[in-house]
Amino acid sequence: MTSKSQFKDPPVIQIKGLKKSFGGSHVLRNFDLELHQGENLVVLGKSGSGKSVLIKCLIGLLTPDAGSIKVYGDEVPELSHDALDKLRVKVGFLFQSNALYDSMTVRENLEFPLRRHWIKTTKESVNELVRHALSNVGLVDTIDKMPAELSGGMRKRIALARTLILKPNIILYDEPTTGLDPITSREISNLMLEIQQKYNTSSIIISHDMSCVKITSNRIVMLIDGVCYATGTYAELSQSTDIKVKQFFD
Amino acid sequence: MNSSVLDDFLSEIGELYRFMLRFFREGFKPRYEFAEFFRQCFNIGNKTLPLVAITGLIMGLVITIQSQPSLQAFGAESWLPSVVAVSLVREIVPVITALICAGKIGSSIGAELGSMKVTEQIDAMEVSGTNPFKYLVVTRVFAAILMIPLLIVLSDTIALYGAFLGVNMKQVVSFHLFSNQVFESLSFGDVLPSIIKAFFFGFAIGIIGCFKGFSTTNGTQGVGRAANSSVVTSIFVVFIIDLMAAQIADILSIL
Ligand SMILES: Nc1ncnc2c1ncn2[C@@H]1O[C@H](COP(=O)(O)OP(=O)(O)OP(=O)(O)O)[C@@H](O)[C@H]1O
Ligand SMILES: [Mg+2]
Repeated sequence: MTSKSQFKDPPVIQIKGLKKSFGGSHVLRNFDLELHQGENLVVLGKSGSGKSVLIKCLIGLLTPDAGSIKVYGDEVPELSHDALDKLRVKVGFLFQSNALYDSMTVRENLEFPLRRHWIKTTKESVNELVRHALSNVGLVDTIDKMPAELSGGMRKRIALARTLILKPNIILYDEPTTGLDPITSREISNLMLEIQQKYNTSSIIISHDMSCVKITSNRIVMLIDGVCYATGTYAELSQSTDIKVKQFFD
Repeated sequence: MNSSVLDDFLSEIGELYRFMLRFFREGFKPRYEFAEFFRQCFNIGNKTLPLVAITGLIMGLVITIQSQPSLQAFGAESWLPSVVAVSLVREIVPVITALICAGKIGSSIGAELGSMKVTEQIDAMEVSGTNPFKYLVVTRVFAAILMIPLLIVLSDTIALYGAFLGVNMKQVVSFHLFSNQVFESLSFGDVLPSIIKAFFFGFAIGIIGCFKGFSTTNGTQGVGRAANSSVVTSIFVVFIIDLMAAQIADILSIL
């Protein structure tokens, strides 16, 4: 059973033959991927296999050596700076390292992505958006704290709130639940699922947390040795007899 | 071995040159980040003002005290205010102030942007649709271009007051007489080149700090290196600019 047949629309993201190497090490060798509208796609792979590199290429933070990356039909490596900026409004990115601005308060961190809309919106509506985003991750009372005053898990949730505040159509999550306790982790996974269903977003989720993968994934892609080694639903892959696939599900 | 050091040096100059071109390309186009610009101006002033003021006063005093014996030997003691004023305003105050700023501002820009780079905060700005070059680099460079000349003018004033105190240690000169002598001896041709030079100092310190911060790699270790090398490089460049300014002023005064 191929999961492709169930989608009729053109894919939102289409990657073909992606190659990226750093110095002598070939991280991505010939990677293919398709993300469809409304789909939660999990990318599984060992640490250092190039998952973060993959989504950084997607958003234009890294330039691939070869291959094609199409987001909404636009070839990302060839986009001009302005066109890339326009595309990035539609794409949310959660950094593995959170990348919160440590010279700003939580409120200013969340307001930052809204800056480009500032002329059009009122102060109240910005305030409202910030509060809503914070209540989504259950951290309204941290609004005037600095990131350094928060715990690791809280920082992760603030970063998630900052990613979601612009209601992007595509969301790239780089390890959204790493470092969280099982309960919060499940809450975050459910939140991701809820966002997908509410706004019909399409997401690429990088995660090692199998309970998060189980909750959120519609489909899984295994990134092994720089290629797309296997693909399928959680149920399909967990039945796999291939040793390289199996070890992730044990 | 040696050739690779030379290679690194030349490629760094090439990158700095490209960074500067980007500054001129993006620095004058909207969107203008005024709030951040004023915040940076305040930062620079706030950080360096006390230090600049105290060194200004000390420079004025010291140069006066040290010049006095040699002028006395020629019986030209009454020239003391004019001689000291010219050397302070033309050379000593701008350079020393620029060196202080290179240390204080250069290192803090290098370290701040460097740590933002290695913790992916600059990437985060980029994906959230804010041009980090405009938001971080352009504002800081313009703030340095504006603030460093202002600090130098301020330091000039305080240094001249220091000189007045210095003169009065050995002889009694009224402030009125002192300032008359100073302003008679200081011509437009002394002040203007030093102000122009100050703008270049500001530009150099700002752009080098930002360049080093933006090209930081290798984690926390790299942040320290960025801060350090932005100070060393901008001090070196301040002297180069000073040398060039002296040559140019000399050529122009012959014409
Ligand atoms: N900017 C860079 N310069 C040089 N090498 C890099 C760079 N970014 C990533 N790499 C290399 O690419 C490889 C893949 O890194 P990546 O961060 O994508 O791993 P990952 O799959 O996200 O791992 P993890 O699950 O631990 O986050 C690593 O071997 C890393 O050393
Ligand atoms: Mg990663």
